[in-house]
Amino acid sequence: MSEKTVFEKSIPGRIGVALPEPDVPPTRVPCDLLRADNGLPELSQSDVSRHYLRLSQRNYGIDNGFYPLGSCTMKYNPRICETVATYPSFLRSHPLLALADVQGNLELMFGLQECLREIGGFDAVSLQPSAGAHGELSGLLMMRAYHDDRNEGTRTQILVPDSAHGTNPASVAMAGLSLTEIPTDRGGNIDLQALGAACGSDVAGLMLTNPNTLGLFEQQVEEVIRLVHDCGAVVYGDGANMNALTGIMRPGDLGIDIMHYNLHKTFASPHGGGGPGSGPIGASADLAPYLPGPLVSDAVGDDPASRYELSTPKRSIGRVSTFFGNFGMMVRAYAYILHHGPEGLRANAEHAVLNANYLRVQLQKAFQVPFDRTCMHEFVCEGDAKQAGVRAIDVCKRLLDFGFHPPTNYFPLIVREALMIEPTETESLQTLDAFIAAMLQIAQEAETAPELLSSAPHLTPVRRLDEVKAARKQNFGDLGR
Amino acid sequence: MVYFPHTDDERTAMLAAIGCPSIGDLFSDVPKGYRFPALSLPEPLSELELEREMQRLAFGNRTVSDSDCFLGAGAYNHFVPSIVGDVLRRSEFYTSYTPYQPEVSQGMLQAMYEYQSMICRLTGMEVSNASHYDGATSLAEAVFLALNVGGPKRNQIVVFPGLNPQYVQVLNTYLRGRDEAITTDTIASDIGEKTAAVVVQSPNFFGQFETLDGLAETVHAVGALLIVIGDPIAMGLFKPPGDFGADVVVADGQPLGSHLSFGGPHLGIFTTRRTLVRKIAGRLVGETVDTEGSRGYVLTLATREQHIRRAKATSNICTNAALTALAAAVYLAALGKHGLRSVAELCYRKSHYAAARIEEVAGLQINPQAKDAVFFKEFVVDLRQPANGVCRQLTDQFGLVCGYDLGLVDPAHANHLLVAVTEMNKRESIDRLADALKQVTR
Repeated sequence: MSEKTVFEKSIPGRIGVALPEPDVPPTRVPCDLLRADNGLPELSQSDVSRHYLRLSQRNYGIDNGFYPLGSCTMKYNPRICETVATYPSFLRSHPLLALADVQGNLELMFGLQECLREIGGFDAVSLQPSAGAHGELSGLLMMRAYHDDRNEGTRTQILVPDSAHGTNPASVAMAGLSLTEIPTDRGGNIDLQALGAACGSDVAGLMLTNPNTLGLFEQQVEEVIRLVHDCGAVVYGDGANMNALTGIMRPGDLGIDIMHYNLHKTFASPHGGGGPGSGPIGASADLAPYLPGPLVSDAVGDDPASRYELSTPKRSIGRVSTFFGNFGMMVRAYAYILHHGPEGLRANAEHAVLNANYLRVQLQKAFQVPFDRTCMHEFVCEGDAKQAGVRAIDVCKRLLDFGFHPPTNYFPLIVREALMIEPTETESLQTLDAFIAAMLQIAQEAETAPELLSSAPHLTPVRRLDEVKAARKQNFGDLGR
Repeated sequence: MVYFPHTDDERTAMLAAIGCPSIGDLFSDVPKGYRFPALSLPEPLSELELEREMQRLAFGNRTVSDSDCFLGAGAYNHFVPSIVGDVLRRSEFYTSYTPYQPEVSQGMLQAMYEYQSMICRLTGMEVSNASHYDGATSLAEAVFLALNVGGPKRNQIVVFPGLNPQYVQVLNTYLRGRDEAITTDTIASDIGEKTAAVVVQSPNFFGQFETLDGLAETVHAVGALLIVIGDPIAMGLFKPPGDFGADVVVADGQPLGSHLSFGGPHLGIFTTRRTLVRKIAGRLVGETVDTEGSRGYVLTLATREQHIRRAKATSNICTNAALTALAAAVYLAALGKHGLRSVAELCYRKSHYAAARIEEVAGLQINPQAKDAVFFKEFVVDLRQPANGVCRQLTDQFGLVCGYDLGLVDPAHANHLLVAVTEMNKRESIDRLADALKQVTR
């Protein structure tokens, strides 16, 4: 049974929240500017409450169960981080208040900048970008500005491994740069020969995801960075996979020049059904002057009203969002970091990697893992069970019947019928074993009763949906016309 | 540890299954010299200690009552009904990812479909996406769309001078990678065959409605697109930009049920015409049916997006502002047709009362550069002395946050104060503001 929309439930004359009567005299409103009807529905408050409660019951979050969506780091969101983020003096502070009146917010942002700087091994961190892709765009614009300042504006090529997230090439295009794709070798690493051949005086930089989207640590990472630096280019780190490396290795130490962090992955700010997130970027001493500003600095004065200030790096590319970026996500991530401490963060990475390797070994009984070596926080297998002719999408839809969210599918593009599986550290051995049992049963069903897979899911609020029809029908909203 | 549940026995069993002697050995690919650095971070705090530390930081902010704050300039103090927070705390929503698996994501998908529907009706447009990060990045995406539609020969973007300066800064950053440049001009006389887009904000940064009548015709006559930045609260009462022929309407959606939150997360509203739908950035939800014919919703036209089209995508956006879009949807559904209209009426009425009081009591001039302009909830006061000092004095002596010092934007406006008045400001606060301004500027 589908849930009626707010428009279908609307009854003229109803209202869910009433505003106070005006306490000031009326004033003339120019009639020619007024609209007759704003088109919104009319519902009582209990109508609204029940509507969204029912919708929530038709939605699956990490609180409902296992969510091994590769590259997305769906870990449990500690409740204390949610609680502190709703303190009224965080929620209700206006971003343009005098700095003396928001020293608490600024101290928090400064503290987070410092923690991220230390975790990544960078010279400075900007909290402005609102998402990972937003950090990528910022980093690429920083690269351009850096080369321009060195009279090397002809460097317009960005090298991107063929295993990269789709946001990497899209960010390259948005930054007005050109893309050169670098293939992956048989060991699941960047093909060094191809990389060496591509490195030249026209290259602005390399975008490196490490561990890569196969979940593998780049085994010749030092050589990769050396090749890029030797040709005068910059190395950008896609930090989407930092949950594998926090406390294990600092990308800045290795020579990564710029990197974004996903606070909504590594530092557990919730994904919110697609956002909001936060994508701070760190930079080495050479690139830090180009960071988007403002940043928060510590004047280390005695006056508590003026200790924390705003400062914009001297060659800054400028703002990438209004105000300071997604402060609400920063509160959650800072609380998470303080809660875990250095040992806790490292232990998170260790257990994320332990869980992924356990799943990898157990699932190999029925699913092919093409690049077979110790993985980091995730791994990729071929999703059509070894023997049968079913597709990865069918396996995913059947998993829904077992109460699990399916893995990322058909990505990375370099693995056929890819299933990208990231369990995270917050899942127990019992959950992993239940998932393994489901996957092995599905592999068996693929042989004995393949129609169970192709007709799946059977137990969800709706059955398999017609995506082609949606694209053809183009009904993007009830416009009431 | 609280957040990973492994016992010693379980760790041992898992390592045995993997065939690895220790957890440390799982990281043998990491270059040895860089492995396991000692991080100089604060020692961990228990939940109890963490709560105290975060409270200490929160107390480091000075709090002013909602009624005594007249600061706007792009972020607005509006009422957030309880029902909004209540729905947002449903963890089925906030702990979910982008709805890639529609069969178990119907809740968020239907909520986004309804968000798109309500935003289209409010703006008077035909298609809304499921959100950008904030109003400024929505604008940047709108300009990129116009440049893509216009092709290589159209490299001029004309923006009206009344734009929020931070929006212009963000747009300039986005354009760093391209050859196109911004021209600032009031009138469309400067436009021609090289113009890709004309951008106007109404109500503008100073709170005043711009004249949109006939503008779309002028812009369309040279083949360019008209992009309007609007205020979603104003659209509850006043004619929306869509009625004036805008091609793209963007807005910051924070006033619709999101707290100020020190500037973010906010919500980027993005709407356009049906004919441009394949060119837009971001997620889009469409209606369809399942194999049994039941109605359902899916993410659609994904071939525009980065995960499918990579370098040929319309944008790099992936993570957006879905949860703040949900807040907006709940807010709009709860207030509904009459509630939103009331909010807009209160803003209009109270801001006009405030302007009249300040003029009358303090003898200060309102909107010195556009005396006859119709304003919505913000207006400019000429203090005849630097706003900087006046703001500080009003906070310290009267506990009032009186507005935004326009000298921060342009030194030529150092004496100008931008005052925002919403449904949150009680009459007595407005009267106190007028009296305080009188005392300080005397």
